[in-house]
Formats: sequence, structure tokens, C-alpha cells
Amino acid sequence: MSKAKETVSRTLIVALALCIVCSVVVSTAAVMLKPAQVTNQNLDIKSNILAAAGMLPAGASAAEIEEQFQRFDVRLLDLDTGEYVEPQAVGFEDAMKYDMYRAASDPALSETLASGEDPAGIKRRPNVAKIFTLSENGELQRVVLPVHGYGLWSTLYGFVSLEGDANTIEGLGFYAHAETPGLGGEVDNPRWKQQWVGKTVYDVDNLIQPQIRLVKGGVDPNDQNKEHKVDALSGATLTSRGVEQLLNYWMGENGYATFLKKLRQGEV
Amino acid sequence: MADTSAKQVLLEPIFSNNPIALQILGICSALAVTTSLNVTIVMCISVIAVTAFSNLAVSLVRTQIPNSIRIIVQMTIIASLVIVVDQVLKAYAYEISKQLSVFVGLIITNCIVMGRAEGFAMKNGPWLSFLDGIGNGLGYSVLLLFVAFFRELLGAGSLFGVSLMPVVNEGGWYIPNGLLLLPPSAFFIIGLAIWGLRAWKPEQVEVPEYKMSRHKAKEAF
Repeated sequence: MSKAKETVSRTLIVALALCIVCSVVVSTAAVMLKPAQVTNQNLDIKSNILAAAGMLPAGASAAEIEEQFQRFDVRLLDLDTGEYVEPQAVGFEDAMKYDMYRAASDPALSETLASGEDPAGIKRRPNVAKIFTLSENGELQRVVLPVHGYGLWSTLYGFVSLEGDANTIEGLGFYAHAETPGLGGEVDNPRWKQQWVGKTVYDVDNLIQPQIRLVKGGVDPNDQNKEHKVDALSGATLTSRGVEQLLNYWMGENGYATFLKKLRQGEV
Repeated sequence: MADTSAKQVLLEPIFSNNPIALQILGICSALAVTTSLNVTIVMCISVIAVTAFSNLAVSLVRTQIPNSIRIIVQMTIIASLVIVVDQVLKAYAYEISKQLSVFVGLIITNCIVMGRAEGFAMKNGPWLSFLDGIGNGLGYSVLLLFVAFFRELLGAGSLFGVSLMPVVNEGGWYIPNGLLLLPPSAFFIIGLAIWGLRAWKPEQVEVPEYKMSRHKAKEAF
């Protein structure tokens, strides 16, 4: 313990040297690992989309995910008019780079929802959504739509995949949420998600008003509306209500209903 | 601890001087990241790496650090290492880093790391300090794995994500105990583990700080 190292100038020099060394180490790591991180994030989003569409085989490699995802067209959609917009309209070269959840916090690209018209609890809705369509030989096979809304503790983010009739559900999945493990967290349960396959969003004579309901105690097989009903999560009333409301919001007039109507009539 | 051998420094913290069970440090992350073994193992490796390398770095520069800013110097070294670990996880173990979320960043505030840097690395050479870091990381890991084993087995009926007791929701027979998936259950398991450890090694039992005196005053009857 020499006295020399306790002087003011000495202290400043040590602090400065330490800061330089540490910042070099941290920034080197950040810059070197950036490409791998970006690849991971993109793969993650792509595999979530494929999972909702039921096109993700178990243990798929990165190359397989890329290959499957290539079959999709990435489209930007104006939610009010229900028509596609060019990526340049929202300031991007490539539709894949647009982030609708980031846009929701930009006043120029989103609108505030009044409390009465916000059943999903999202507060702001982006004007433009990023959706994924899969066509074969010019015929629409699937359309994957992003949805989000509030459950019990957290906002659930997910995708709904519809068949070519823009009505029948082919699958859904939430890739980010913080609901109670074992109760609301069961939205991730493959068995529960399996129930959604083949359900329909709309009645044939009312293609604007979504009819999805999560019911307690299982779906009665004699129920007239059973094709819209899914068994709610047991012990998770509020998460189930959140899922019901967010799906009906996004499938309704303020969400994708206008677009899906045009899609059915072949106008977009 | 001037005459400590390398072996002692490495192995003592595992059972005899366990940072969680004896020193009761680092409890918060033990509650948060122990719902499944896969996540726990990655967290343990991260903590071992951070304690070992922060001890090494602090020990290397210990003669240069002015006393007045030593805590900040240690903090800066630890924080830098944690950021590096977080970046590496995001690049090479993305799924698990998503589940660990903020808890990797919170290694910075883990008392074990800071405690070893201040308590051991400031007084000992680099090699011993490095081993001490690994040893304390291992002590932390042993307890975390113990907690995670019971939480995953009884809470989800699986180990390392492999289903051992098929749960009712997936068509099996086991009704999972939901409490074990929630953080408070880790308190119970850590408590039981400490009880077990002190029954096995009675020298770890603390001397009571005070005793209640006998009741002397006569009260109304």
C-alpha cells in the first residue's frame, strides 16, 4: 500500500485507463457478434411465422427454415383501406425491414385508440401491418397475420394463419408473452393450439364481424356455433378473455376484416 | 486465508462455504432462473465465467487500484464482462438468452461476484483468485441445479425438457404442481437445502444471536 497510488491524478489516470480498456472490450464483442445476432433474430421471427402456419418441422435447421420461408411473400398492408402498400410509402426499401410494433410508437405511422375501441388493450395501432401470404400457381394458399393484445400480465404477440378462403384458421401461436406458467402460459401448449385448427373466424353471411369465442368447460358438440368456439384455458380466465378479445379485434373492422374481404373477392 | 491451497480455494465453496447456502448471497437469481434445467445450466456457466474472469482481472490490477475508487473499478470490470457474456449468448444461444432475458444483465448485481472480487481477489494472486471465482461459481451452480431439478421435475414433469412424467394437459397422468413453477417455491427448496446441508455439516449452524430469557413477571390471573 504505497502512498503514491492515492493521489488525485493517479486516481484519474487509473479510472480513464480502465474505461478505455473496458469500452474497447465491450464494443469489440458487440461489433464482432452483431451479424450472428441479427441472423438469430431473423430466424426466430421466421420460425414463429412458419410455426403458426404449421410448416415448421420439429428440429428444423436454419437452412430449412429459410427455404420454407422463401415460399412466403412479405406484404405491407394499409389497415384502413385494406390494400397493399409499397415499402417505400413507410420509408423502407424492403418490406421485411418494416417493424409494425416499432411503428406503433411513431405518431406519423400509427393512431391512438380511444379506450372504447381498444378491446385488445394495445393503446396505439400502426396504420400499416406486415403480413405474409403464400400463393401457389397464382392461387392464395395461406395468409399469416400478426396479432397482439393484452392478457393478464403482459402483451401477447403472435401470428394467426388462415387458409385460402381467408376464414378458416390453420393455426395460431404466440411467440412472446409473460402469462403465468402452467395457467395462462398454457397458450403455448400444442394440444390447446391444436383445437384452433379448422375453426372459422366469420359466419358465411357476415364476413366483417368475427365470432371467435373461448368458452369454459369445453365446446358442446351440438352447439350451432361450435366452429367459432374453442375451449378456454383452465385457471386462466383473464388470459383467455385477452386472447378472445385480441383475435376479435384484429379480425374485425379495425384490423384485417376489410383486407380479408377484398382478398376473398380477389380485389387485392 | 493467507495459506490457502489451490484445491481448497476451488472446492471449499461447493459445500463447506457455499455462497448461497452459507453466505445467503445471490438468492434473487436463484428464484428467477430455476424453472427449467436447460436455462439454469446456461445461467450457471455465465456466472462461473463472470466470477472467474472478474476475479482474475481484479486480482491482476489490484496493486494499481486506488482505494477510493476500488468499488467502482470492480463494478466496471464486472459490468463489462457481463455485457460480453450477454452478447455471446445472444449470438450463440439465442433461444436460451431469450428465456434468461434480463437475468443475464442482473449478474452485475449478483452479490457473489462483487463479494468475491472485494473479499478475495483484492488480497490474492491472479491464479488463486481465478480458481476462487470458479469455485464460488460452482457452489452457486450446485444449489441452482438442485433447485431447478425439483422445480422442473415436479412443476413440469420433465428434466432437461424431456418429459418423464407425462402431464394431464398433454394426455398423461401427472397433475403438475403449479406452485413449483412460481418463484416462491425456490425459497422453500433453498430453505430445505440449507436445512439438509447444516444437518450434514453441523459446524455451519450459526450461534443464536440472542436467547429469550425466562418469563419471570407475574401477570394478572
